[in-house]
Amino acid sequence: MPDTATKPAIQFQGVGKRFGDNVVLDGLDFSVAAGDRVPLIGPSGSGKTTILRLLMTLEEANDGLILVDGVPYTHEMRGGKRVAIPEKRRSLVRRRVGMVFQQFNLFPNMSVLENIIEAPIHVLGVPKAEAIAKAEDLLEKVGLADKRDARCTQLSGGQQQRVAIARALAMEPEILLLDEVTSALDPELVADVLGVLRNIAETTDITMLIVTHEMQFAREVSNRVLMFDGGKIIEEAHPEEIFTSPKHERTQEFLRAVL
Amino acid sequence: MNDFWNWDHAAAVFPSLIKGLGVTVLATVIGMVIAAILGLLVAVVRRSGVRAVTWPVGFLVEFIRSTPLLVQLVFANLLFTQFPSLAVGCAVLGIHYATYMSEVYRAGIDAVPKGQWEAAVALDLPRGRTWRDVILPQAIRNTLPGLGNYAISMFKETPFLAFIYVVEMYAAAQAYGGGNFRYMEAITLAGLLFLLVSYPTSLLVRRMENRLA
Repeated sequence: MPDTATKPAIQFQGVGKRFGDNVVLDGLDFSVAAGDRVPLIGPSGSGKTTILRLLMTLEEANDGLILVDGVPYTHEMRGGKRVAIPEKRRSLVRRRVGMVFQQFNLFPNMSVLENIIEAPIHVLGVPKAEAIAKAEDLLEKVGLADKRDARCTQLSGGQQQRVAIARALAMEPEILLLDEVTSALDPELVADVLGVLRNIAETTDITMLIVTHEMQFAREVSNRVLMFDGGKIIEEAHPEEIFTSPKHERTQEFLRAVL
Repeated sequence: MNDFWNWDHAAAVFPSLIKGLGVTVLATVIGMVIAAILGLLVAVVRRSGVRAVTWPVGFLVEFIRSTPLLVQLVFANLLFTQFPSLAVGCAVLGIHYATYMSEVYRAGIDAVPKGQWEAAVALDLPRGRTWRDVILPQAIRNTLPGLGNYAISMFKETPFLAFIYVVEMYAAAQAYGGGNFRYMEAITLAGLLFLLVSYPTSLLVRRMENRLA
């Protein structure tokens, strides 16, 4: 359960998202406390990834508000009307949110190191030497110190994803969004990436929203799981509870299918 | 000595052809630099999605592409009499080819996966920085063969400059032919010199295409 003493790091208030006639999210309300690790589980098409994409401003919500640390992020109410917040103000919130993608999305025209230092230098204004030192620390942390000068295209999928994680962490995000980060990997490479993420969960207090099919991992790192279906949260509970005795029929069906 | 080919005429015309070839290459290089830069600007502007700019730029591009290069050259030369013909010619060649190059760039930009833009947003990279450091380096790599092919094509269209009195290689051949009532050697050699430059260049472009593929 979210700690009521702290301001929630993320709040969705009546968020709706449609693609044409397809209603993906419908009046979604939920919040995540700072430092929480919350897996979003549920069948594909249930809107989990859309939630991450809305938080990263890769999509625009049609209704409702999204708040980060209690402050409106993409839209706000002004005189009873919902208005878009200008790009400059969004950017200040956005740089505190990081995302790791299913397909890694590393920049192939840059070396591993250049991928990691690009945003700290050009967004946060970190001096280059400092950014490099930080990037080397992060590469150490994800076990790729020796790949510093490699081209991304020379790396395996698992290695690329670990670089992508290091790249996101280099921005020192308060919120980290993980969008099926192991789904595109060969099975033998999944463990390394999950190991890195476990380590981050243990050693930092970054708030994480995790869309994943790795139920064991979800169970280990979180203290609260949200089960989605049809753009709504149909069940939310402690991982032990949801994985051992799910209440909702759809949750039971879903877990039977994936476990 | 046969009537068809005379080595004396060939030797006599050769120096002026080489001089003309210099002008031809110069016009191609300057024209291509203009086309490469302007084409890129047009491609980026047309992608900006700002109607107030994309519409007029789009109209201008269509207008330039729908009228012959020769007409544009003569018209511009009449309009800008204060500039040397060679300068007007290079500018018109450059602008004309910029409209084609912009399409090559557009294809190159479209070929950059959507995930690259999304990763840039996720890192909060500003728009301009995203273009400069992420999108264009990947897009331009894909456009190098196109750039090469249009350079060859422009090189072969430089004889149109003769119509605005720029003495490039074709005009030099014509001048010799007119002055000596003898065209065969001059025109043949001019053609061979064109071939001598454009064929190796096209091999180079093909190698580039294979390496990128």
